[in-house]
Amino acid sequence: MELTNYLGLAAVLFAVGAATVLLRRNAIVVFMGVELMLNATNLAFVTFARIHGDVTGQVLAFFVMVVAAAEVVVGLAIIVMIFRARRSASVDDVNLLQS
Amino acid sequence: MQTLSLAPWLVALPLIGAALLLLAGRRSDRWGHWLGVLASAATFVVGLVMLLDMLGTPAADRVAQHTVGTWLDAGGLHVDLGFQVDPLSLTFVMLVTFVGTLIHVYSVAYMSHDVDRRRFFAYLNLFVAAMLLLVLADSYLLLFVGWEGVGLASFLLIGFWDGKRENAVAGKKAFVMNRVGDMGLVAAMMLMFAGVGAVDFATVLGSTGSGAVAGAGLSEGTWTAIGLMLLLAACGKSAQLPLQAWLGDAMAGPTPVSALIHAATMVTAGVYLLVRSGPVLEAAPDAQLVVAIVGALTLLFGAIVGTAKDDIKKALAASTMSQIGYMMLAAGLGPIGYAFAIFHLLTHGFFKAGLFLGAGSVMHAMDDDVNMRRFGGLARLLPVTAITMGLGWLAILGVPPFSGFWSKDKIIEAAFVGEGWRPWVFGLAALLGAGITAYYMSRLFFMTFAGRRRWSTDRSDDEGRVERHPHESPLLMQWPMIILAVGSVALGGILAVGNRFVTWLEPVTGHVEHHEPILPVWLLMTLTLVLVLLGAALAFRQYAMAAVPTDAPAANVLVRAARADLHQDTVNEAVVMLPGQYLTRSLVYLDRTAVDGGWLGLAGAVGRLGALLRKTQNGYVRTYAATMLGGLGLVALVVAILAS
Amino acid sequence: MTVSGGETALFWVLAPLMTLAALGLIFVRRAVHAAICVMFVMVGMAILYVAQEASFLGVVQVVVYTGAVMMLFLFVLMLVGIDAADSLTETIRGQRWLGVLLGLGLAAVLLGVISAATFPPAVGLAEANAVTNPVALARVLLADYVLAMEVVGVLLVTAALAGLVLTHRRRISPKVTQRDLARERVAALPQGRTLTPLPAPGVYAQNNAMDTPALGPDGAPLEHSVPRVLRIRGQARSATAVLAAEESLVARELADAGLLTADADADDDGARADGARDAHQGEER
Repeated sequence: MELTNYLGLAAVLFAVGAATVLLRRNAIVVFMGVELMLNATNLAFVTFARIHGDVTGQVLAFFVMVVAAAEVVVGLAIIVMIFRARRSASVDDVNLLQS
Repeated sequence: MQTLSLAPWLVALPLIGAALLLLAGRRSDRWGHWLGVLASAATFVVGLVMLLDMLGTPAADRVAQHTVGTWLDAGGLHVDLGFQVDPLSLTFVMLVTFVGTLIHVYSVAYMSHDVDRRRFFAYLNLFVAAMLLLVLADSYLLLFVGWEGVGLASFLLIGFWDGKRENAVAGKKAFVMNRVGDMGLVAAMMLMFAGVGAVDFATVLGSTGSGAVAGAGLSEGTWTAIGLMLLLAACGKSAQLPLQAWLGDAMAGPTPVSALIHAATMVTAGVYLLVRSGPVLEAAPDAQLVVAIVGALTLLFGAIVGTAKDDIKKALAASTMSQIGYMMLAAGLGPIGYAFAIFHLLTHGFFKAGLFLGAGSVMHAMDDDVNMRRFGGLARLLPVTAITMGLGWLAILGVPPFSGFWSKDKIIEAAFVGEGWRPWVFGLAALLGAGITAYYMSRLFFMTFAGRRRWSTDRSDDEGRVERHPHESPLLMQWPMIILAVGSVALGGILAVGNRFVTWLEPVTGHVEHHEPILPVWLLMTLTLVLVLLGAALAFRQYAMAAVPTDAPAANVLVRAARADLHQDTVNEAVVMLPGQYLTRSLVYLDRTAVDGGWLGLAGAVGRLGALLRKTQNGYVRTYAATMLGGLGLVALVVAILAS
Repeated sequence: MTVSGGETALFWVLAPLMTLAALGLIFVRRAVHAAICVMFVMVGMAILYVAQEASFLGVVQVVVYTGAVMMLFLFVLMLVGIDAADSLTETIRGQRWLGVLLGLGLAAVLLGVISAATFPPAVGLAEANAVTNPVALARVLLADYVLAMEVVGVLLVTAALAGLVLTHRRRISPKVTQRDLARERVAALPQGRTLTPLPAPGVYAQNNAMDTPALGPDGAPLEHSVPRVLRIRGQARSATAVLAAEESLVARELADAGLLTADADADDDGARADGARDAHQGEER
């Protein structure tokens, strides 16, 4: 088996995460889609680390995880706030940017 | 000259007077008019001192400049605040201040019942200051300041009684028509600056070369353009064809204003400008010819209009126009005419001011009525007015030995000098004008003072005549009239003896050899006198012997045209105003449809495009995410294609 | 290096499952199910990390993602309402086919790039991981990337604070203290409120539900011991009917056992004074 199979899996997962972001309305599910995309990149990083024989890729994946954790905290807090204000977790209800 | 440094005071004194009167406001109502008289009289005294000083100066040193300081220093343009003191400007100074002071005094009585008398004197002082600045300036630009100043004063004084709409309209008409002429002066200055690089008299006139030869730097065409532009300016200010229409309406102002500004001084500024710019005209013979033609046309135009006017002031205004036509004609004849133009200007200033003051006195007696058809037989009741006006009348007729004879006859004589068709055309025009002048001035005099009374002292008159109680004017009004009448009688003779005046002006106009007219002088003089007598006799028969109807009788086409100022307003409207309005309207239409339409269409297109793009900004995060992802996909695709 | 057969098998088992779970994210209606799908993907990811000689990251993946992040998701889901099933009908015109198109296109582009690119021969991490994977990782992280790591630490602290600040609810009315509550109760006495708590619903031999009133000291049912909501809905049961049913049951039992004698050694612990008590206690026994 080639290691590029891992990359293919990462690509598919990334695309599925992106489609989730586009298709789902529930903010929490959308957020999960974002997490899925981040995880897919992490898989790619780890695979590249293995291809090149250098753990720096794993370090980068580690940073991605940490930043993702921070992002989740803030993002979920925002979702909670919006839910409190609007009684809805749908991203389509937050459309005040509309002209 | 030792008194040269007094020149600025000539302008400053009346200006201070005007400023004091305007700034002091109502507080100065009680004594303001005397302050005005004092400012004017003091200016006259300063002018007199300078005149005496100049008379004691050898002729070669009489042209001098007094520079106060730099006025403008902008790149290539350098203009000094300087005063030109020479026989020409001093002549004007004396005319303006002397006649001006007399009219100030006259106005004290004439305006005594006016609540705004103080303001009137402020404007009069302002006028005197501006007029003196005009004649004393040593550059066209400074002259222009005075030029605009007299225009402003004229506007303010024509519309002085602006409570009545037609007075305000008359003021505006004069102002606007003068602006047309002013554009000519501005254009002339631009041409001078472009060609010579300066606008002061010394440089501009010095660069024309000597005589009729074109200047070194500029082509004859340029000088012609400058000359025509100067002529346009002169036409505006001096009410010459084609900018003559405002003068008749300007009579809406108080009569002293008509006497001072619209007869004696301001309207002659155009003649001054042309005489001052003599070298320019000599460098441009075509422009010079146009000047003469304009003068000849205007002198006939004014004379014809004058024969039909029943309004005493408007008849005098037409006469003024005609007489200035004489001066323009003289100015257009070249160096031989300059001195006579100024000479006639001087004598005209006296007798026309006297005539206007007399008219004012008559109006004063007749409850401000101006219609001569309701006058008649006033000589006995207003003896002083009748005598002074009579002397002025004889002077303007050119009856020897009154002033007008000396000046007008010389112009007629000069008009007959030359070769080809010109002497015949100009000379005959001038001769004919003299005859018509005699007719309409005699008509005016006889209708006013001779014949039957066409008014009544009774309240209920069985003939339907208006009720009037004529009385002679107060002494304050009589004395200026008397003094001016004396001037009308004697000034011409005194200055003409031994060519005194011509010699006096020689430092400015240059010495001119005597030229023989194409007809003998004695014949010309006789012809003139015969024509004058004919005109006067005709007027006597019509207006002194026969009864004058109180309403203007029906008349033929020519008379009706003359009564309507030869349809000058109609012509102006048809030739200038209506095409201008159509042009403006079509330009506005063009602007709205083509220019605005284009830009509005563009703006609308952008707006509609924006409205389309706005639909992408629907506020939905997912749509934005889709856009981002689409962009990312595109970039990735492009990178992939480029990399492969 | 070569990939072992075991790893190959592991990959081909996990990869389809993970893909399916990920697709579940798009298709399931309930957010909780989506969360479970994601958790499956993440655990699978952790296994793949370990298989790819990144054992430290595998552990961190489990701890951070499944242990912390996904728990956070579940908490928020519970806050928002775990029952809510999303409607999957699309409301933005064209968004569905756009999303599908973009997802497929993105996958196509990425896969195309991967398949088109040429990679160097895989080196493997055996050499780098000679000192064990965590140590190797720590040497890079704490030497080359120490500044980045500290910055990320600051970021975490900031994010924690941000979470606190964002979810903080500002008090808009003064805090109600015990003292206020007590004062309110006393003030409400004239309106029929009691100082003591309301009596609990009744507890019977065969029945201790909320919908049955308790009996008062006088044996009468206390209507207000039943929660108000049930009373209003008309779901409260009658105490006498319950008692009657129990008594008839007891009587039948006793008759069956031939013990119709009255219960003599009744313990008098309760306040129940009517015959029901006897039956009740007999039943207890």
